[in-house]
Amino acid sequence: MRRRHFLTLSATTLGGVLVYTLDRKASLLASQQKPLRVPLRFFTEAEALIVAAAASRIFPSDDSGPGAKEAGVAIYIDRQLAGSYGRDRFRYTQPPFEDAPRQFGYQGKETSRQIYREGLKNLKGFQLLSPAEQDSTLQKIESSVFFTLLRQNTIEGMFCDPMHGGNAGMVGWQLVGFPGPRMTNYDDVEKHFGEAFRPQPASLVQVTGKKIRPSEDES
Amino acid sequence: MKTLPAVDAVIIGGGWAGLLMAKELGSRSALSIVVLERGLPRKTSDYADDMDELDYAIRLRMMQDLSQETVTLRHNASQPAVPLRQHGSFLPGAGVGGSGEHWNALCPRFLPDVFELLSRTSEKYGAKSLPEDHAIRDWGVTFDELEPFYTRIDKLLGVSGKAGNIKGTKIPGGNIFEGPRSEEYPTPPTKVSYISQLFRDAADSLGYHPYPTPSANISQAYTNPDGIARGACTYCGFCGRFGCMVGAKAQPTNVLLPVIQKHKNVVIRTGAWVRRILFDSTSSKARGVSYIDANGEEVFQPASLVFLSSWTFNNTRLLLLSGIGEPYDPATGRGTVGSNLTHQVSITAANAFFEKPLNRFMGSGSAGYFMSDFDGDVFDHSSLPFLRGGCLGVRAYGYQPIGSFGVLPRSIKSSWGAEWKKAAVSYYDRTSGVGFTGEHLAYKGNHMDLDPRYKDKLGDPLLRLTLDWRDNERRMTEFASIKAVELARAMDAKEIDAFSGLGSYDSTRYQTTHVQGGTIMGADATRSVVNPYLQHWQLPNLFVLGGSTFPQNASMNPTPTILACTLRSADAIVNRYLKLPGPLA
Repeated sequence: MRRRHFLTLSATTLGGVLVYTLDRKASLLASQQKPLRVPLRFFTEAEALIVAAAASRIFPSDDSGPGAKEAGVAIYIDRQLAGSYGRDRFRYTQPPFEDAPRQFGYQGKETSRQIYREGLKNLKGFQLLSPAEQDSTLQKIESSVFFTLLRQNTIEGMFCDPMHGGNAGMVGWQLVGFPGPRMTNYDDVEKHFGEAFRPQPASLVQVTGKKIRPSEDES
Repeated sequence: MKTLPAVDAVIIGGGWAGLLMAKELGSRSALSIVVLERGLPRKTSDYADDMDELDYAIRLRMMQDLSQETVTLRHNASQPAVPLRQHGSFLPGAGVGGSGEHWNALCPRFLPDVFELLSRTSEKYGAKSLPEDHAIRDWGVTFDELEPFYTRIDKLLGVSGKAGNIKGTKIPGGNIFEGPRSEEYPTPPTKVSYISQLFRDAADSLGYHPYPTPSANISQAYTNPDGIARGACTYCGFCGRFGCMVGAKAQPTNVLLPVIQKHKNVVIRTGAWVRRILFDSTSSKARGVSYIDANGEEVFQPASLVFLSSWTFNNTRLLLLSGIGEPYDPATGRGTVGSNLTHQVSITAANAFFEKPLNRFMGSGSAGYFMSDFDGDVFDHSSLPFLRGGCLGVRAYGYQPIGSFGVLPRSIKSSWGAEWKKAAVSYYDRTSGVGFTGEHLAYKGNHMDLDPRYKDKLGDPLLRLTLDWRDNERRMTEFASIKAVELARAMDAKEIDAFSGLGSYDSTRYQTTHVQGGTIMGADATRSVVNPYLQHWQLPNLFVLGGSTFPQNASMNPTPTILACTLRSADAIVNRYLKLPGPLA
């Protein structure tokens, strides 16, 4: 049994209203005085700090809006890697593993978990570097499988339904004007031509009023 | 192996084609019917809470589990094939309803000359105009013969659209290039979103003939001839890769399953993984199928009629694994099983970036505007370096942010960091592709056979695809991109990027789930696997249903044609075969 690891998130920087902790209790961040210690499912604390820092360079928080930090992207990635996606539950993993041109898709043997674990070994102390140093470090690994995955997972963590642990407080959806699973646009689809129509976002749990089990919680 | 009590008919695969056959035979005969579906049971209420982009559209929860079985791919016979280890260029579904659950529900008909492609093209342009290594065939059935079945399918699904040709009279506002229809669509077109209006007006201004896309996400409440009532689409935008939460999108589980369940003579067994079709070569008869049941036990299900309707790949693979028919050999041209593999040319012909927001989260999988002015042989090819064509258009299918974020003009060089983020946020709702879907001709070299190295979870060989584009497709897409850029300009896009070129077949870019061929139909028993009634030439009590029977692919979405051919086969079985079993052609 591994030692429990936590990622400490500051209540003021996390832009959201709710995040879901490991035992799936919602914590109302806005009312929290103290920083929130989120239990990690896959990463060590040291790994989570690197992932959080790197995701923040990929999707920074700046004057064009919130980024990976406010969305809780590192928590999202931790949960994905702990679940079926992280261990390649649905990938064809029979050998032989052979190199093939890009058009044949990822042919590696390594699971997402293994790609992260290996990739993070080369980024020790990354979170302590200056932003400029962080950027130049990432530029050097830009074409790696690890970085491609980290970039893709960062986008997922920005815009997924909040039940997956990212997009905290729906900051990602608000950033791009996506309302989430809106049950009907029947009266609006032929209106608002040329003007931004931005209904208040709502998550799937809020819309359906049901408890929904995301894939990362399945065996 | 345990032998189960014999039944009259066994149907392998519970998707659109298999369940339509089950409904037809179940309602119109007293046959005892078993449908074997290897996936899970599904029903409309499963989709009440599926509006989660990550689990459904990105992690692809409704698709086949590739850890159990996939296909291998090579571009040509000189390469080793490698497995497609994750989903990419096509998305075969799993479970009751198959890919018909997660489709976008576009419901066009094929152009009439598609069914007589070899004879019509040779007649007009001469045999020399055909690519040297082509394997183009006539289908052995004509559009006019299929038309009544198309009309019945439109009514079954309640298709929304605007006719462009009723009994030869061209109707402005519909697709005037379509084959003559006997009737108007059952329901009016879906609502016109901003992007659809921009495309329609642009195409109009250039003198083209845009039309609303025919859609089985229906525009208004509709009750079909079986008494199945469905409500109107809400334009929530969760269509393709999702099941419809309100049942407005026609799916096998909402238009076929409720009828099937009324008939006690039809049983659906899920978790049933068919391994072989058994046959008796002396009497030329299929005897039934062997499968692994939901408990993991291998059983034999004897049946007097066998229907193979398990999508293009498994239809072909099961015939090869069962040793039914002669495998196709591209080197000699002998054999038929596995020949004529086609996909579909499907590209973003131009990316258009606009000044104004488009509100693209609203939409419906098949709501949009298309034009067929450059489809098929609608335009003259005498001075063009390619044959055939396709449809240009836009669809308001409902953008979702994980999949849509980061589509940027080529002028933006970065792909992460502050500059990228700022641009991607600002362009997010100001971007639209002008799409093109085009015909894919059949070639001698594009085919399927059993992979010599890779196996499925049971140790059976995977299906191997040998597939690549040819110059005909590359030149066609270049031509389409030029037209798409003109359209995007007329739509007042402020920045436009043309498609970068088809290159070689890319399994990582989603194209369409319209992979066809392998068990093709035809009038000539030496060059096809089934006759035009989808009946096997050598084993007349075996029928093969689905896109695997298409000799080459058309530019349009195949489901209505698959269903029309299945219905025509069902009619012939009920009216003729059951009275006098034997060859129907």
